[in-house]
Parts: sequence; C-alpha cells; structure tokens
Amino acid sequence: MTEKLALKLTAVSKTFGGVRALKGVDFAVRAGEVHCLAGENGCGKSTLIKIVTGVYTPDPGARVEIFGQSGDGMTPAAGRALGVAVIWQDLALFPHMSVAENMAFDDMVGARPRLVQRRKDKIRARAVLNRLGVTLDLDAPLNTLPIAKRQIVAIARALMGEARLVFMDEPTASLTQSETDALLDVVRTLSAEGVAVVFVSHRLAEVLDIAERVTVVRDGTLVGVYPTDGMTQARLGELMTGTSHQQQVTAQDKSAAPPVLETRNLTRHGEFTDISLTVRKGEVVGLTGLIGAGRTELAHAMIGMTQPDGGEILLDSASLRPRSIRDAIRAGIAYVSEDRLSLGLIQPQSIADNTVMSVLDRLLNAAGLIKAPSKQHLVDHWIKEFAVKIGTPDDPVSTLSGGNQQRVVLAKWLATEPRLLILDSPTVGVDVGARAGIFRIVRDLADQGLAILLISDEVTEVMHNADRILHIADGRIIGEHDPRHTDVPALEARIYA
Amino acid sequence: MLRMLKANPVEIRLFAVLVAITIGLSLATDTFLTLGNITSLLNNNAVNLIWAVGLLVVLIAGGIDISFAVAASVVQYLTAQVFAELGGNWTLGLIVAGTLGIGLGLINAALIHGFRVISIVITIATFNVFFGLLMFLTRGRNIYDLPDWWRARIFIFEYQSASGTWSELNLAFAVMVACVIATALLISFTSTGRQLYAFGDNPEGARRAGVNVALMHAIAYGWMGMMAGIGGLMQVNIAKEVVPNALYGRELEVLAAVVLGGARLGGGRGTVIGCILGVMFVAITQNGLNLLGVSPFAFQMIIGATILVAISTSNLKLDLRSLRQRRLPEPEKRNA
Repeated sequence: MTEKLALKLTAVSKTFGGVRALKGVDFAVRAGEVHCLAGENGCGKSTLIKIVTGVYTPDPGARVEIFGQSGDGMTPAAGRALGVAVIWQDLALFPHMSVAENMAFDDMVGARPRLVQRRKDKIRARAVLNRLGVTLDLDAPLNTLPIAKRQIVAIARALMGEARLVFMDEPTASLTQSETDALLDVVRTLSAEGVAVVFVSHRLAEVLDIAERVTVVRDGTLVGVYPTDGMTQARLGELMTGTSHQQQVTAQDKSAAPPVLETRNLTRHGEFTDISLTVRKGEVVGLTGLIGAGRTELAHAMIGMTQPDGGEILLDSASLRPRSIRDAIRAGIAYVSEDRLSLGLIQPQSIADNTVMSVLDRLLNAAGLIKAPSKQHLVDHWIKEFAVKIGTPDDPVSTLSGGNQQRVVLAKWLATEPRLLILDSPTVGVDVGARAGIFRIVRDLADQGLAILLISDEVTEVMHNADRILHIADGRIIGEHDPRHTDVPALEARIYA
Repeated sequence: MLRMLKANPVEIRLFAVLVAITIGLSLATDTFLTLGNITSLLNNNAVNLIWAVGLLVVLIAGGIDISFAVAASVVQYLTAQVFAELGGNWTLGLIVAGTLGIGLGLINAALIHGFRVISIVITIATFNVFFGLLMFLTRGRNIYDLPDWWRARIFIFEYQSASGTWSELNLAFAVMVACVIATALLISFTSTGRQLYAFGDNPEGARRAGVNVALMHAIAYGWMGMMAGIGGLMQVNIAKEVVPNALYGRELEVLAAVVLGGARLGGGRGTVIGCILGVMFVAITQNGLNLLGVSPFAFQMIIGATILVAISTSNLKLDLRSLRQRRLPEPEKRNA
C-alpha cells in the first residue's frame, strides 16, 4: 500500500531535564486528512507539535519524515518551506504589529535578510482573508482586535505560505459557536484542497465532528490511533484519561431550601436587562448562553465590579449593593473568574501564598504580621480537602496543571467562607479528568450548604452538574430548564438556535 | 493622515506639542527662531540623538541599556590610546570607535543571553564595571593630548549673516544624520528590523517562528554599542578632550527622550521619528527656558516635570482608547 503520508513520526522521545515528556511516540498523518491529536493537558501534544516544527529537537533515535523528507535538523523556517504551518494555542502573534505585518511575519524569518515589501504583503494578506471569507482592517494594530478576530489572524497567518500540513492547537478555545462553525468549515475546505490538518481540541464533540482519525496520547505515550466513525465522547474521554467518566445528571430538587441570592429586575444598560433569579442554599444553578450574552457582565455586577443601573440584589433576603469586590467578599460572595491565568492567580507566587491571599487580614497577629502557623494550617487544610497534586506548598502556582490551578483558585475563595460562590467557566483549559474532579468538589460544597451559580457555555457541563439551568440570551433570561426533564441535544438546539 | 494618527498617536501628539512650543518661543523671544540658534541646537544635540537611535533599537527588541554612556567614555579612552601613537584619520577613527563600541555592546548581549538575566540588571552591572575600570585606568585624569584630526573643527555648512554672526553645522551633525538614516533603514525596511520588533513584542512567538534569539540580542546591543562608540567619538570632537566622567548620567537623559518619543519599555514599539521628536523636545524646552531667562538651576526640575506630565498623559490617552475598544466589540459579539 503506497498511501501518501504528510507526516510520519517514529519512536519520538523528548526529555526535559530528567522528565520524559514523550516516550517513543509514533504518529502518522495522511495527506489531506483531518487528524485529531487528543490527550489531557501536559500529555505531550504541544511538545510533539514543537518537535515537528523544529522548535525542539527530539532525543536521538527518533525519525521524523515530513512529506517523505527527513526532518533532521528541522528549523521553523525549513518546516515552512516544506509546507508546515502552526496555529499555536496562545496564537504567538505580535500585539503591536498590524494585521498585515502579523500575517506576513513568517517570511521575515529566513536564511538571509531581505527588504520589507509592505504593498506586496498586504495584497497577499487580503487574498488569504478573502479565501477565509473575512474582512479585517489590515493596518489595524493587532491589540485593537477582539480575541476571536486575533484567532482569525493566526489562522490566516498559517495560510499565507503554501501550507500542506497545518497544526491547530486549541483553535476554538476563545471562539463563539458561530465562529467555531466558520472555522470548522475552513478546516473542511482545506482538507478538500489536499491540506492535512492536525487538530487539537478539548471539545470532544468538535473533534468527533471534524476529524477522520484520532490519535490519543496519555502521559507522553501513544494509546492508539482510532477512526472517529463509531467513536463516542465518553469512549474518547476514557482513552484520554485511562479511567471511565460516566457523566450523569446530578440535579436534585432544592425548591424547599431558603434563598441565598435573589435578584429583582437587575439591569445594566447595554449588558443585561430585567434579570430576576434565585439561588438557594445548597443549590447549583447553571447559567448558560452564548459568549457575549451577558453572563460574565451579570456576575461582575453581583460582585461589585460594576454598578447596575436598576433593580435589586438580595443576599439572605437583605438588600445588597456592593460598591467594590471587597464589599462583596465581606458580604459572603466569592467569584472565580473565567480568566484563571491572569486574574485568578498570581502565577510566580507560591501555592501557599495564593491560597491565603484573600484572607490575609484574618491571619494577622497583634503586631500586624502574618502568623505562620495559622497560615500553614489553612494551606494544609485546603490542599488536603481538594487533593491538589503538588510538590510542596512553596512551589510557584505556575508549576501546577490547569486542573490543579483551578483547585487553588477555589481554595483561595472558599477560605473566605462565602455563602454564595459564583463560578465563571471553571473548566476552560482544564482537561477531562480534572473536570470531573472539580465538579465533584462543586457538588460536595453544595451539599455542605453553599449556594453556587455556575456560569458555562458548555451545555453538557450545566446539564450534568446543575440543579436548575437558566438560559440567558441578549442580556435576558429567556428560559429555565430542569436537567432531569431535558437532554443535551434539546438544550443545545435551544441555545444555539 | 487619520491612519498615521492611529498608528503613531504618541509621535503625532509630541509633534503637535513641539510645534506649539516652537511657535510660542518664536513669539516670546526674538532669539529663538534664528539660524544661529537653530544650528547650535542641532549641533549640541547630535550626540544625544546618535545615542537615542541606538537605544531605540534595544528598546524595540524588548531590552534596555543603562551602560551605553559610560561605554562611550570607555571607547573614547581606548580610541585615544590607539591613536596616541598611530596618528590616524576620521575614517580609521569611526571604524575603531564603532568596533570598540560593538565589542562592548556584545559583552552586554552575551551576558544577557548567556545567563538569561534581564537587561536592566546586566547593564547596571556593566555600567559600574565600565565606569570603575575607566576611573581606575585614567585615575580620573582628563586626556588633552589628542590627534589633530580628532580635535579639528569641521563644518559642513557655514553662513555669515549681514550682522556678521556665524551659523554653522558641524561634523557631528552630519554623522548623526547618517546614523539616524541607517537606523531607520535597519528597523523599518529590513526583515532583521521586523524580527527585532517581533522579538520585543512577543519573544516566545518570535522564537517559535524561528527567530534566532541570540542574534537578536547581538544585533540590538551591538547596534547600540556602535552608536555609543560613534557618539563618543563625536562628543570628543566637540569637547576637544576626553573627560572620564563627562558622560556619566547622560544615559537617563537619552532614555527619557526616547521613551518620550513613544518607544515602549516592554519592547515592540518605537520609531526613529519619535526619537528625533523626543530629543528635540527636551532640547528645545531647555533652550527655550534659557532664552526666557529662567535660572539654569531650575532647568532639570522643569524638564523632569515636563517629561513626567508628557509620559503619564500619553498613557492616560492610551487607556481611554483601549477602554473604548473594550466596549466596542460587544454589540458585534451579541449578534454572534
């Protein structure tokens, strides 16, 4: 059989210091195929991509073939010459450069210096954007674009050359559903044109929708290569984590419990209108809707980051008008933001310091200094409670995986002993195995009497973890659903309609 | 025009302020807008501007250099040693001073790259090493015994007005023009320049695109070193002597002017035009205060305060802009 291969990796290993990130992985992609690379965070997916593109050199003994050519001594520029393009998870764009300059930048990195050809670059950039069916101001500095548009620039940049093998690392992470659909169409077009696409995503539904085959990697070793025909999300999740995750509806009827949070006709112009909702003691209320529907804006008003224009917030039946986050914390509201990396944690600081950050004033002794034993006690308690996997509490938070970081954020807020916990997209960038762990914690907390408002744009997430689901669209709550009396497809149909 | 304003708001604003100051001073004094005053302004700031465009390249690449002014002094001293016996001429002088400067710049680059230490720490350290070494070698004494070509007054433009006063542009001005043009070509028209901007803007992104990080450090600090050496050479031509501590402290003056001109301390932004405007802004303000009869003791304070106001208000403006941007995309998202 002489099948044309775009990429063939044989026995690829990579060691960082003493840690083996990849252990003898084989990986092959056919020309024109959409191939998914699946695995949990830290399983070695990104390392694999960096080896193919020449950012990293593999350990001796590995064989890399790109379109039949040996990938020894590969550099990013040489890879591009062979038709390899990458859309990095963090985009790897240049915020102060214009859209056109970003798209044309890869041509600036070559064997020998050359002159900049602004006019020609712009013509080429426009042609690529036309191919994608989007219009962007080519002269706009990148940092003036919203994140979804930047994602499009990153995709367009990858298509500037004659790409024959495109890696997409979490390309849909910051896109809305309609933008995701548009991107998936682009992927299909590329594939039809004979371009091989390696697709990495946490959204398993997406993976099964777009890819023909899926290669699963776990802990740096190859689990197997599977056709997506007949594959289910549950089975794929099982392969990725090595354990089975049966997701089921956990909803209970909490209508008898006293309300903790109530809002009455809460309105902030241009963000949300007439929001009236109730979260009861021990209840998990899911708030779902498209990105931009006003979910996060609503949360910001509840915690005093913004001031509503009208309506009322009641906490334990007493009127509350938080003027600042400190007010909200004092009143007993905790908010876990969607942007864990930049807002939720101080990355270079230690796990211990991050955990006690929100309650420092309770740990002070008479002289105003932090009491080390009290701090130690608190940190130990939460690490044990949440089973955070760490070396020592003094390691910087940045050394933890996404799921464990999320646990530290939770610990930080729960240390304030809140009555209401607002979770905003708590599993963004958290892999399948760790998600289950986080939701186990969420349910335990609810059982202990905490009222929880769970904001998420993943329907399966609210289906399986909330007691009630509120549907928000265009800043208004337009529906309430009981997870026990609906299912994921029905709910998705309503939300994405 | 609108597009240019959007792309370079700092430069445009600085230009507007500069025009306003110039008009104000022209009306307030009859000595400011004279050929003699303008040419002496240009001559006196040529060296600062040579250093400024060198520093600009380092800032664009995401670094900073505190050591360049004392490095220039070291180059002056070494160049004086080289030519004490040899005689030499301008061509040789520029080559020797430029090369020595590049050498000192590469020391910075090698330390920053080799030890992965941030540039401000390394260059503060080399600042002290260079200066200490210089004071040790010279024992703090000035060098007056310099080759004739180095001390000679060379004019590229001379004009005697009806009243008999001379206006002239000196060699330092011509060298400055060459340095400014060379820097503009490097950063705006070559792939190397784009790589420098990219590296300053997003180092990891540049690395993944295949940019040679060691080379970027070498080019940025090497270019800065070359400009430091050439600037040092020209400063001696004006001062007619090598004074070991004459340039001590000039680095902050130049840094302030470059940042005032819109170069970003985090890297990835800055233009040669902005550099020129920044240096001229400081120069004209000082010149204007002088002509208005303000006590020289107040200069530093007033200029410091001006820079403070200029830089903080430019950030304020940028914040307002980004706030508006944060609001704008929302209706669009809602439709999605």
